[in-house]
Amino acid sequence: MSFTDVFLIVPNYFVSGAIWFVILAVFFYMARDSAHGAIKSFSRMLHNAMRLSSFALERVEHRLSLRNKEVLLAAGREASERVIEREFERINATVSKELAETPSLHRKLQEEIAIVEDAYKESTEVPPSPPGWVAAVEAVAKIPSKGDPVVVDILEDIHESLVNAHKSAIEEYRTARKEKHEVLKGMLPSWRKVLHVIDVADSNVISLLERSKVIDRHMEDYENILNGSDRAVRMLSSSSLSQFFISLLVLSVAVGGAMINFHLIARPMAEMVGGNSMIGGYRTADIAALVIILVEITMGIFLMESLRITRLFPAIGALKDKMRVRMIWITFSFLFSLAAVEAGLAYMRELLMHDELATSALLRGEVIAAANNEFAWITTAAQMGMGFILPFALTFVAIPLENFIASTRTLLGVSGIGVVRVLAFFLRVLGNSFHYMGIMMLHIYDLFVFAPLWFEYKIKNRKKNEIPTLIAKETRKLESPDLIKEAS
Amino acid sequence: MIHRIPIGFFIAIMGSVFLLLASCSNNTLRGHGVYMLIDTSGTYTDELVKAQQIINVALSKLYPGDSFAVARIDTGSFSEKDIVAKVSFDDRPSTANRQKRLFKEKIDEFVKTVQPAKYTDITGGILQATEYLNEKNPGRKTILIFSDLKEELDKGYNRDIDLKLKGFSVVAVNVTKLRSDNYNPKEYLDRLDSWQTRVTSGGGKWSVTNDMDQLEKIFMN
Repeated sequence: MSFTDVFLIVPNYFVSGAIWFVILAVFFYMARDSAHGAIKSFSRMLHNAMRLSSFALERVEHRLSLRNKEVLLAAGREASERVIEREFERINATVSKELAETPSLHRKLQEEIAIVEDAYKESTEVPPSPPGWVAAVEAVAKIPSKGDPVVVDILEDIHESLVNAHKSAIEEYRTARKEKHEVLKGMLPSWRKVLHVIDVADSNVISLLERSKVIDRHMEDYENILNGSDRAVRMLSSSSLSQFFISLLVLSVAVGGAMINFHLIARPMAEMVGGNSMIGGYRTADIAALVIILVEITMGIFLMESLRITRLFPAIGALKDKMRVRMIWITFSFLFSLAAVEAGLAYMRELLMHDELATSALLRGEVIAAANNEFAWITTAAQMGMGFILPFALTFVAIPLENFIASTRTLLGVSGIGVVRVLAFFLRVLGNSFHYMGIMMLHIYDLFVFAPLWFEYKIKNRKKNEIPTLIAKETRKLESPDLIKEAS
Repeated sequence: MIHRIPIGFFIAIMGSVFLLLASCSNNTLRGHGVYMLIDTSGTYTDELVKAQQIINVALSKLYPGDSFAVARIDTGSFSEKDIVAKVSFDDRPSTANRQKRLFKEKIDEFVKTVQPAKYTDITGGILQATEYLNEKNPGRKTILIFSDLKEELDKGYNRDIDLKLKGFSVVAVNVTKLRSDNYNPKEYLDRLDSWQTRVTSGGGKWSVTNDMDQLEKIFMN
């Protein structure tokens, strides 16, 4: 029995459709209350489920953001502490150095001042005055001669003596002045020294003042971090993101370096471990080259840890200084040995290349040049140099790696918060959609059974109209004069 | 705060670096066995210079761990005595290079001293090649036939045998046309078809190439 057989109640599609519509409408009308209940319950269930999930996600987001904030603040606090500590160390170094020099500066200053004082005293000595009888002689010299030749001679002699005495006094005075000028001139280096000492002290004070300003700024940031202010969190978050991209960039460069290193040593490695054996689908020579590079990177990380430049392994940082220094030497010697091995392999690579080129030329029937290329040593030296330097260069991978790890944690936290927030929003929207879809389905359901509903409405409406009519009739009956008479 | 590295994170980073660097390596499958049959019958000996070139190409394209053998096709080729030179390249590249040079010297010597054979037992040569390569069991097996593919057997030699060439690539190289082929090209085409049928029915792959560039691709694939 096909669908058409069931559908065709009468041999006409339209009429059959109409009959089916009426049957179904009646059927759905009869089941309307239950169907409405089911739709409402279902939509409410979905709506509530979505809403609860959204709430749960919001709580997760809140917890994540708190956790992220904690991590950020802790990282920021540690960074600030390190910076402030370093600034204080610098101040300490400046103060201890300059203060240690203060007594000597003071002594130097005193010595110079004493020299200047002595010189000053020397310079203040009164120059020798002209002899005391000069005034008397001068008075006699002014006596008029009145033509007496004897008196004139005497007076001329007195005048001459006086002039001579004056000249010698002037000469003596000039000599004394000159000597004082010489003394004052001798004071000049002492003044300069005093000035220099004062300048040094001044620059030290200025440097200390500047450092104290820097510390003030860092302290302000530190206080913000300790208070957990939003500004501090925002600042740390953006700093963390920039750190992430910078460290990623540097790590990419390091990976490039590692690749070049790999190509330098993979080929000659075949001479040591064979060029045909495989481990897990990869050539053993390639794996050996990779292992060497990874060991170098690991040694580099340990070296940086031992030097306390990075803090990835607390166990290394917490070692006693003696042990730490030993570790520095051990890791450095490992690195040095591996670098030497790499340089050797790079040299071997060049030899192999020459050998292969010679064989290829022979097989192609070309004449092999008797004399080697005179500049070949440059490439050989460059390869050996790269082979030796790259392991040490890879050592510094530890620094961006540390930053990358720290910033990745923050970035993952921020991304996680973003994802959870979007998910919560989506669930909320979905929950509301289910709610309104339930309402819409109720209306669609009613649209399908509109005819029975219309009849129901009409019947109910008539009943409503009938009640006031009956009341009016009854009232009229009660108010009729016959009934009033009977009552009286 | 100290940034402790979680072990998983550390392993993940190291693993990523390992995979990244490992992906740089050339992962082509090593272990290619090549057996070359050289027709030394009649006037075909004049073509031996070309054979020498093909051998040199093969030597330059083979890697440590590969195997290579060159054998002559004469009256009865199903014999180890017909193998002119054979080598399994050492794992170490420098040793492999030395082996290649020695191999070339042997081939040069053979080309200088070779005498034309009266008959051409190609089937015997292929049987010898399969035996040799099956013994070596490399990743890829290739038989190069440097011949005009005209088989001529001496009395008493039965070569009516099904070839077992599953996993083998058989490449006919420098298939020159005979004078009779010029009169009747169908002979040439029939000859090629017949060999193709024999090889493919034995489970092998058949191809013909007269171009050196194509030959290089065979070694590179």
